[in-house]
Amino acid sequence: MQKTAIQVKGLKKSFRQLDVLKGVDFEVEQGSIFALLGSNGAGKTTIIKILTTLLKQNSGNITINGFDVASKPANVRQSISMTGQFAAVDEILTGRENIIMIARLRHLSNPRKIADDLLKSFGLTDAADRRASTYSGGMRRRLDIAMSLVGKPELIFLDEPTAGLDPEGRIEIWKIVKELANSGTTVFLTTQYLEEAEQLADRIAILHEGSIIVSGTFAELRMLFPPIKVEYIEKQPTLEEIFLAIIGKKMEEK
Amino acid sequence: METIKNYFFTDMGVMLGRSMRHILRSIDTIITVTITPIAIMLLLVYVFGGAIKTGTVNYVNYLLPGILLMAIASGISYAAYRLFIDMQRGILERFHTMPIARSTVLWGHVLTSLVSNAISVIVIFLVALVMGFRSSAGILSWLAVVGILILFTLALTWIAVIAGLSAKSVDGVSAFSYPLIFLPFISSAFVPTRTMPSIVRAFAENQPVTPIVETIRALLSNQPVGNEIWVALSWCTGIMLVAYVLAMRTYRKRV
Repeated sequence: MQKTAIQVKGLKKSFRQLDVLKGVDFEVEQGSIFALLGSNGAGKTTIIKILTTLLKQNSGNITINGFDVASKPANVRQSISMTGQFAAVDEILTGRENIIMIARLRHLSNPRKIADDLLKSFGLTDAADRRASTYSGGMRRRLDIAMSLVGKPELIFLDEPTAGLDPEGRIEIWKIVKELANSGTTVFLTTQYLEEAEQLADRIAILHEGSIIVSGTFAELRMLFPPIKVEYIEKQPTLEEIFLAIIGKKMEEK
Repeated sequence: METIKNYFFTDMGVMLGRSMRHILRSIDTIITVTITPIAIMLLLVYVFGGAIKTGTVNYVNYLLPGILLMAIASGISYAAYRLFIDMQRGILERFHTMPIARSTVLWGHVLTSLVSNAISVIVIFLVALVMGFRSSAGILSWLAVVGILILFTLALTWIAVIAGLSAKSVDGVSAFSYPLIFLPFISSAFVPTRTMPSIVRAFAENQPVTPIVETIRALLSNQPVGNEIWVALSWCTGIMLVAYVLAMRTYRKRV
């Protein structure tokens, strides 16, 4: 029996005159990857901010891991973690110090051990004692996600986790997200990339003009939309495939 | 709620630890903050000082309080800057989605500002000592001076918090501090007000810097402080309370 990690009913939010969310409903099962898809300005970040207690909704009921977001924000915060659109790392601190800081703020025992383990599993051990300002975009993102995993939250929110990353960095993040879900963590992510949702998500919801216009598994969505037709086309490699093939060869030569 | 309250001091400790690292790793900000006041002190003492008639023998003693206020006024702009960067990078949001005492986030910044300004003030004190500053003040007077400087720093830091939270760009974030830095010039900080034209004099004698400077000066030279100390304290606490209320309002709106 699957339990519900997120339950959203009739969520509405407006900023002054502008109705951003006009009655959003969806559910996310525990341990699944849920992708919220939508174009820029569709309201994806607003939804994440409301679910993570950063913003208050105008109306609607939201339950996160069994706690009402509006009345029990402290309990919600205890069981979630958010990785925002921009890597929220302290650039003056080292990677290790960043993780230790979060572990202390989550009131965990043995922050050093937690930092060592996370740095190792995110391939940041060598860079652990360098300031985060010297990190590449991909490394920053990994550190950012590592910080979100401190204390093993049941539910993690990723707001456009691969925006601005190169193809390799993106694939790395995909791997991390898949491993997370395998270990039982619920992942809620937003993305503008259709391919990302297709690759990762168990369920996909498409947010358009303030409401969810369609949701389901990728297979279900595929059934709904353009009818299947058989076409013969020459398969040209995409630039991404070319790039990755060359990089892959380089790595093998090494 | 109960569990969160218990963690206030732990969280505060973490925030302070973070701040100390920031301060120690950006010693250049302390240098930037102290260099202008020290330069002005040198200029006023060794270039203009001979021509300034203050009625005191030791001009360094006369101008030091104003120089300290100037340093604090420029030091607090870094509080605004640090807060702005935290907000822009999403670090504030990260903290806010965590089960921590939320108030520690802002107080962490305020304490950082106190510590880094204290370092700047000590540096300037040392330079002033070399330049001939002497004080006959007793321990209680010194404590009073420290108290007033802390109060002044707190008052300005809360103004900096408003600026940091409402700034739109890194360039704009410290602009608010420029007028504050120059306030000591239109006060009794460096020259007595009696030679100023009447309008300027009226401003100089009724703006906060003058009573604060005169109180510190009196305390350091073992003179009676009179009513000035109460005027100074009222200015500091008044500014602090108003700025605090506005800062908290901005904070709730922005975050």
